[in-house]
Amino acid sequence: MGEFKVHRVRFFEYMPSAIRALAFNSRSEKLAVARMDGSVEIFNRADNLFQEKVIPGREQRTIESLLWVGDRLFSAGLSGEIAEFDLDNLRVKYTLDAYGGPIWSMTGNAQGTHLAVGCEDGTVKLFEVLMDRIQFERNLDRQKGRIISLSWHPSGSKIAAGMMGMIRVFDVKTGHPVHRLLVERAAGTPRNQDCVVWSVVFLSDYTIISGDSSGKVKVWDGKTGTLIKNHQVTKWDVLALSVSQSEDSLVAGTSEGTVVQFQFLSQVLGQGEKEWVATRTFKNHTHDVRAVAEIQTAFVSGGMDTQLFVRPFLDKVECRTQASAIRKVLFPHRRLVSCAKKAGLLLFQYPTHLELWRLGESEGHGKPGTILPVKKNPEKLLHLKIKGEDHICCSAVSPCGEWIAYATVSSVRLYRILCDNNNVSITKVSKLPKVLSSASQLCFSSDSTHLFAASTHASVHVIALSQSGCKFVHTFKPKSGSTQCAHLLATSEDGAWLGSAHTDHHVHVYNLKKLKAHCTVPVYNSGVSAMAIHPTTNNLVMVHADNQIFEYSIEDKKYTNWTREVQRHGLHNLWLEKGTPITHVTFNPRNPAHIVMHDMNMFCIIDQTLPLPENMMQFHNQQTLQVLPEKERQSAMHAFKTCKSFQHLMCVDLLDDQSLVVVERPLLDITTQLPAPVRQKKFAT
Amino acid sequence: MVEHTEIRVVRCGGSKINHRAPVFANDSRYLLCASGDSVKVYSTNTEECIHSLHGHTDQVTGVALNPANHLQLYSCSADGTVRLWDYVDGIHIKTFIIGFPIYSLYVSTKHEGIVFLILPMAGGGSERFQLVAIHLPKSVEQEVDARELSAVLGDVSPNPRATAFGREGEYIASVIGHQLKVYFFRKQKTYSFSVPRGKKKGAQNQMTCVTCHPTDDCIATGHEDGKIRLWRNFTHQKEYTFSTLHWHHNAVNAMCFSPEGTSLLSGGIESVLVQWRYGEHNNKNFLPRLGGAILHISVSSDGELCSTSHSDNKITIIQRSVKVSAVIQGLVKGEAVRTDLMIDPLSKALVLNGKPGHLQFYSLQRDKHLYNLDIVQQEYIHEAGLDQFEVVRAAFDARGSWLATVEERGQKSSELEISLKLWAYNEQAQSFELNTTITAPHNDQVRSMCFSPSCDSTLLLTTARDNCFKAWLLGTEPDTQNETSSWACDFVGNYHDLRPSSCSFSADGSLLAVGFQEVVTVWNPESWELLTTLCQPPGDIRDLCFGRLSCSKYLLGTNTKNLLCCWNLLTCSLEWSASMDVSLLLSDPLSENVAAFSSQSGKTDLFVFKPSEPRPLFTQKALCSGGVRHAVFAPRGERLSSCDERSQWLNRSQLYFLTDQMDLLTLSTRAEEDRMLAASKQLVIDDSVAVTPFYLLLGKHRQQQKEKEESLLSPAVERIQLPKGSLAIKELLHTPAHVLPAASVLCSLFVNSLLISNTADRADEEPPKQEMETDGEEEDSEGETEAAGARLEPNARACADEDTTPLSKALERELRKVRKSDFGWIAGVLDS
Repeated sequence: MGEFKVHRVRFFEYMPSAIRALAFNSRSEKLAVARMDGSVEIFNRADNLFQEKVIPGREQRTIESLLWVGDRLFSAGLSGEIAEFDLDNLRVKYTLDAYGGPIWSMTGNAQGTHLAVGCEDGTVKLFEVLMDRIQFERNLDRQKGRIISLSWHPSGSKIAAGMMGMIRVFDVKTGHPVHRLLVERAAGTPRNQDCVVWSVVFLSDYTIISGDSSGKVKVWDGKTGTLIKNHQVTKWDVLALSVSQSEDSLVAGTSEGTVVQFQFLSQVLGQGEKEWVATRTFKNHTHDVRAVAEIQTAFVSGGMDTQLFVRPFLDKVECRTQASAIRKVLFPHRRLVSCAKKAGLLLFQYPTHLELWRLGESEGHGKPGTILPVKKNPEKLLHLKIKGEDHICCSAVSPCGEWIAYATVSSVRLYRILCDNNNVSITKVSKLPKVLSSASQLCFSSDSTHLFAASTHASVHVIALSQSGCKFVHTFKPKSGSTQCAHLLATSEDGAWLGSAHTDHHVHVYNLKKLKAHCTVPVYNSGVSAMAIHPTTNNLVMVHADNQIFEYSIEDKKYTNWTREVQRHGLHNLWLEKGTPITHVTFNPRNPAHIVMHDMNMFCIIDQTLPLPENMMQFHNQQTLQVLPEKERQSAMHAFKTCKSFQHLMCVDLLDDQSLVVVERPLLDITTQLPAPVRQKKFAT
Repeated sequence: MVEHTEIRVVRCGGSKINHRAPVFANDSRYLLCASGDSVKVYSTNTEECIHSLHGHTDQVTGVALNPANHLQLYSCSADGTVRLWDYVDGIHIKTFIIGFPIYSLYVSTKHEGIVFLILPMAGGGSERFQLVAIHLPKSVEQEVDARELSAVLGDVSPNPRATAFGREGEYIASVIGHQLKVYFFRKQKTYSFSVPRGKKKGAQNQMTCVTCHPTDDCIATGHEDGKIRLWRNFTHQKEYTFSTLHWHHNAVNAMCFSPEGTSLLSGGIESVLVQWRYGEHNNKNFLPRLGGAILHISVSSDGELCSTSHSDNKITIIQRSVKVSAVIQGLVKGEAVRTDLMIDPLSKALVLNGKPGHLQFYSLQRDKHLYNLDIVQQEYIHEAGLDQFEVVRAAFDARGSWLATVEERGQKSSELEISLKLWAYNEQAQSFELNTTITAPHNDQVRSMCFSPSCDSTLLLTTARDNCFKAWLLGTEPDTQNETSSWACDFVGNYHDLRPSSCSFSADGSLLAVGFQEVVTVWNPESWELLTTLCQPPGDIRDLCFGRLSCSKYLLGTNTKNLLCCWNLLTCSLEWSASMDVSLLLSDPLSENVAAFSSQSGKTDLFVFKPSEPRPLFTQKALCSGGVRHAVFAPRGERLSSCDERSQWLNRSQLYFLTDQMDLLTLSTRAEEDRMLAASKQLVIDDSVAVTPFYLLLGKHRQQQKEKEESLLSPAVERIQLPKGSLAIKELLHTPAHVLPAASVLCSLFVNSLLISNTADRADEEPPKQEMETDGEEEDSEGETEAAGARLEPNARACADEDTTPLSKALERELRKVRKSDFGWIAGVLDS
């Protein structure tokens, strides 16, 4: 595996944002997650829950509700606007003010023709969904008090609206309220504090289920407006409800961080009479569960503790596979750290600013496992605040450390940095080419002479950098008419090749010398989570979300023999079953056969010269190898050498001086920055 | 072999009543409870044992009401029989012979005439068990063979709580390990579900008990880690589901649904009864501090009462409103009795370790727990593995006015905490009150403790592992603060830094013997002068005791090298010695006799001898299996007059002993049994009379009235009535108080029955006399101004007159009649 000098970096204070809303599109199996900072992430359930797309947030944009209508994604929030997202180019397509004050909730009818939003002023507004926009249709009768939650009956004739202290049922045709279901306050709360109906669900058998701030899940008969059953789930609030498509299971997220499952079961087996019964309780979160979603065989929950949790229902899983495992998403599936290999600089990307750090230095050599004395402390060179309201969507630092570029959905900015020992000066490069209005991914060539920017409609712009300024060189467009933007770029060491991976799983390779498209890698059914071009052989190494590794020879336009060997042999089960995708691939220039890659929990070096591990073999065998005698060690060695001594990795990269940079973000540091959870009595405390 | 039947070992009460879950009779007036070899019928109102059903020859392992007739009871036993009883009258109806030891019994209304039993598997050895159904044959015979078994479930747990019938007997659920098995009778199909084995450290989620909802299809299982899972939808192998209730922090021992299914009761080692509302997981009620760990819970059929059986041999009866209404307490048997058995000289009760930190007083005559004396006076924390204070030694002085106790904590840890407490008997409160607490009386464990038997001084002696013995004396001048004198150390003695083992005072308290390893030292407790040393190597001294009465010149000792020695204290020489392994040496305080228990190859032999005679008075080989740890001579209330030589030693006192299995046994003689039999016959009520005692009394009354009517006709019969009346009193006095009607009802009946007897003949004589008296009174009242000395009486008379004036003449006459009537019958009653 080799020995490295390791820079263990813990000064990247990455703080994920709390999850506010979830929406699952059962047709395309896409899960949309809205966070408190206004960003929206799209996860692909079919593809190992890979974070395919990230739409960066924006100052002042708070999303309260997300809704899929067909393949279109809408959001509504406290800004009072309804927005539709452009999922190809990862930006907001348009916004429309509902003119009803802050919007608390949004729902759509089963037919996909209308949206309803619940506003602060007590109106439920209906919008018609047209081909390219939405149009206001009418208001339902205005009520006193805000509309907190909404649910549309599957037939489309009635809407249930959760308000302060009550639930109203509206007839959609007439717009008049039909029923008024009063929800009592929790015992012991002050008189002026109404019970808030945080969530309602209207089932097709006219049952209404509500979750409220008194900690109850109530089952109502929507035809007569009577209470059927009352489940006291928690002492605190029930914040979110979600029902399965077959309407036999319901999950409720609470302030305690628990998710309670309800099932529609018959009390006496084999006889009709069914009842909603609280069954399982899942405690996966430490803080409020703000959003839950039932997705076929599992449920997803997210909340204030910023984690996304996917928990399968084991009774619905046919056989235990990788897809049925418990999944947890803590960190984004893309890099927020870029590393200037030659200069030893790190660029950290925060939503609203960038930080540039110079790595520390140490002296001497030590035994493996020991800590070297630090000669020079790491130093923060730059703190760059962005202008405008949009958050940063990507950033890059050039390998020489001279250039910094970042992009938001509306602009791209390029800076030149002059590092003169202790003096750092920064100059903004003005007069960027017009085409560079936005970018979804930025990348510098290895000699820092070119900037590549992935842009809308799957195009990649090439800009030449020089001391005097920058000059637009070329725009690459894929031959196939795909329009989805690239989320990964990779250049070769010799500056001849550029690879771009797109969210529709396409990977294109361009020839930079001839400025034309070179080839397209055969499309694999899983998204590319990391890729890089080998410095000496110019092979493109791609790792997919399902943890498959491919090596593609660019010059020969075919997969390499090693790839064929991997595909024939198959990878180790432990490798395939790991729940976190590889986020970065790099190479060891000293040993061309080594590929270095990492995910959140480990980094590993794949030695292409060694045989692949059999399924029977021990996968993490570093410890056992050390005690084995020399002869047996040779036979027991395999290609995967993993290291788990560093955890919660944001970045692992090899500098040119053969030292390894490991950027960690301990979870404990994140949890200490979270607000305090609701107080709970713990036994024996 | 006549002699061997003369004295036999009997179990003397105190058997476990918490072995199996009790059953409520249908009207919840009785609680039927398996207790040792018998089934006891308790009244739920008065906590009294009404009668017990004897017949089984081994431990009763299950009771259940006959679903076809709720006045009948099935019981099963490890002797391989199922018996049917009429529990109201205590009649044994039938015996079904199964032929295998039975571990548990289940019945259901849907399966009439069938009982479900847990038996050991035929080929599986003793470790594996099966649930079988047995069709009980209908026949008129008393003893029936029922050997047609049909297996229902294989490999079940022998724990009776691990199997339960489901809704209306449609299915039966059983848990073992991590698995729940449900057998549906209609489909004849078994479903099994399992919980994942706990991956986390210490998470034991094995199932411990199961119960089923009476009307819904819901099975509740209790788990080792304190969780309760409610299983639903269990006809699907895959789509079953469960919800979890978690309050208990240790294993759930027992659960029970109320008959309507509205609540679920659960209990465990915390000794808190938890009442969960069915369907509302967060709504629960608690009944804490019930005593020992809860082992069983059962509910009456109307749901009004429930009972919890506790590990301290107690049954608590709890009302629906979660309020304790009655406590049935048996002899508390902890894990180990560390104090000796003792007899309280005042109450003649047996005293030993009871609840943790308590001493219990147990009446041997009535087989009834009297009370617990809290020694440690600290809250007991119900958690396994905690180091808690335990009472390790206790001693009464000769008159029973002082009690000394030693408690210790910290055997497991290095820090040992000991305290010695002295309790004075308070006549007013009729209980012991703490007088002195001495913390750390010794630096190490106290080995033995005894009071000096002499009457004029109160001296307590303790020996400990810290190589000294200490004498404690009650201070003569009272403490300035609270006016009572307290105890203080008087003397610390040691001998060559050897470790003392046991100590003993001579009968008059003039000599003290302390064993220091191999050496016996004899001291004068007055002057604390070492008088002599006796030594008989090899082997350390284990027990020491002085002879009594005529043999008081002898000192007996046993040592670890299987030697029983008898020293003559006059000559200070060894009188005799015998080579036997004596585990316990005990002298009878009322006679010269000494009892020695000797354990050999798992059996215990008993020898009773006089120190002066080399020949034992009595020997019994193989008294019981296992060793005898503790024994005591309990003085008899009245002396037996057995002339047989072999049983003479039991005339004055009775020997009780406690085996390793915590069985309290005693030796009983033929004469004693005869007497008891006679006594019980005396109490047996004539069968021809009506059932309840109240009817009995009424019947007697009617009979008397009839006779009185007759007597009116023939005055000659009159005299015979008095003994009849006294018979009624006898009935009144001999019937147990708890079955008597209210005293106010009885009183008038009773008085009437006595008074009317004299009416007939006196009626003619009275009137003239009465008139005479009234005349006299008038005269008296007229002469009011007479001498002061004579005034008192007439005044009183006048008062009486004033009171009686509003009374009618007839009533007045009646009263006088009563006054004048012959009260000689009372004497007759008292005599009889």
